[in-house]
Amino acid sequence: MSIDEKTVRKAARLARLALPEARVAPMVGELNAILAWIEQLNEVDVEGVAPMTSAVEGASLPMRDDKVTDGNDPARVLANAPKTEDGFFVVPKVVE
Amino acid sequence: MSDLTALTLKSALDGLEKKQFSSLELTNAFLANIEAANPRLNAYVVVTAEKARAMAKASDKRRKKNPGPLEGAPLGIKDLFCTEGVRTTACSNILGEFTPTYESSVTANLWRDGAVMLGKLNMDEFAMGSSNETSRFGPVINPWRRGNEDTNLTPGGSSGGSATATAADLCLGATATDTGGSIRQPAAFTGTVGVKPTYGRCSRWGIVAFASSLDQAGPIAKTVEDAAILLRSMAGHDPKDSTSLPVETPDFQQACGRSIRGLTIGVPEEYRMDGMPKEIEDLWAQGIEWAKAAGAKIKAISLKHTKYALPCYYIVAPAEASSNLARYDGMRYGARVQGKDLADSYEKTRAAGFGAEVQRRILIGTYVLSAGYYDAYYLRAQKVRARIAEDFRAAFEEVDAILTPATPSAAFALGEKSGDPVSMYLNDIFTVTANLAGLPGLALPAALDKKGLPLGLQVIGKALDEETVFAVAAALEKAADFKARPTNWWS
Repeated sequence: MSIDEKTVRKAARLARLALPEARVAPMVGELNAILAWIEQLNEVDVEGVAPMTSAVEGASLPMRDDKVTDGNDPARVLANAPKTEDGFFVVPKVVE
Repeated sequence: MSDLTALTLKSALDGLEKKQFSSLELTNAFLANIEAANPRLNAYVVVTAEKARAMAKASDKRRKKNPGPLEGAPLGIKDLFCTEGVRTTACSNILGEFTPTYESSVTANLWRDGAVMLGKLNMDEFAMGSSNETSRFGPVINPWRRGNEDTNLTPGGSSGGSATATAADLCLGATATDTGGSIRQPAAFTGTVGVKPTYGRCSRWGIVAFASSLDQAGPIAKTVEDAAILLRSMAGHDPKDSTSLPVETPDFQQACGRSIRGLTIGVPEEYRMDGMPKEIEDLWAQGIEWAKAAGAKIKAISLKHTKYALPCYYIVAPAEASSNLARYDGMRYGARVQGKDLADSYEKTRAAGFGAEVQRRILIGTYVLSAGYYDAYYLRAQKVRARIAEDFRAAFEEVDAILTPATPSAAFALGEKSGDPVSMYLNDIFTVTANLAGLPGLALPAALDKKGLPLGLQVIGKALDEETVFAVAAALEKAADFKARPTNWWS
């Protein structure tokens, strides 16, 4: 499977990554080179193999007690924000 | 006392305990080295001199009462670990001047045990790279050079700063992380020891995420024993990371003294790659001889899906990265580029903040996870990953540890591979399998090549059996008697 400019533009849109027009064609080439190399995975017989979704065998996600252990510290939460006002994050307008 | 910085961690801890020198003296010696070397080696991206001196003074006071296992030891911290009040950027522009208001669990463990922080170490952006060339702060330079040439070589990546700082005596040891080989490859390129422990041994909490099912923290150190001391402090169960394993941390240092007589060490045929340099083949054969001489039995094993490990990784890792890196939207932290609306702000922020390699991986990850391609790529890769893990499970029914070369070559020159992503990715060919299978792996220096550059061997162990890995590595280290040091041209 090789990808074209349309697919690259779509992936960039999905990833919220502005891709300048001049970068689209080179990116198609770069991604296709990598994908062509990845194609060899099709040689592997994976019939009946369960996908490995965790690096730890038989691990189950532990549940912790439903207790508040942290928080109520807006100053720390906001400390790195590009823009804040009155204890809130200031973001671009979302609803017109 | 000018040679304090050349000490191993073990001898420095001994010297501190015997009050031959104070932590403040030791810390000042490292700070002087860093000041002299960093303009050329570019290992540190932040030097926390004041904080280091304050921590050292506090440590010198603590020594009288209850010293910790790392009491007074100055260490370097990879810029992927969040450090409270100290800028942490994963060497990416998108994190701007991000200054965490919390401390990663691994570094908190080190400070709990008495260590001193010298500063933050350079790395590939978001740990994506094998040469340190993707860092926003420019590449780290390897202290090693080819004979008398003055060509700058890469220290490897992504933990290049950790490796260079350790090799050039700019710290006693360093934290690092390994997603596909990012601890072991730089260790091999710089004549240092690097350990990627079993997945879940070290908490990932507070470490900037790259590929969450593969990322593990570990140390880069001067000796196998030093690495064992550091790992013991770094490791341990952490309720804040749900994949952190609720197991006791063994005394890895003690395991370094274990005999390997009677152990069976596996040698995987599939690691004998076409076109493998003869020097690497010879090094491997030498390692096998050393293991035999130490009383181990050698057994040929088959890890037949080895060649699929890297292509499998280059689906799994970018897929997880594209998801993890979705959080960088310029709203709550990091650098924001204002666009005409919200989506435009996101897109411009991310285009300006991420470097070329990171963007490439985000796009691959997004593509392989997108509707219509998920089964063909991501699901298949997860199945191939299961095959790779199964190969190891079968092999470990017959052997106690596996011995391989650490890298397919010695350190290469900056710029030599940066134009070709796939050739860069091939650097991790021997290391990536341990990440996919979640197994511990250790790289140690074993010989110099014809040009005088270090080459490394790798020991892979069973899950949670780092002790055998340390025992085998310590035996090989003893046999190799690797004493070479880079000539100081940098200060």
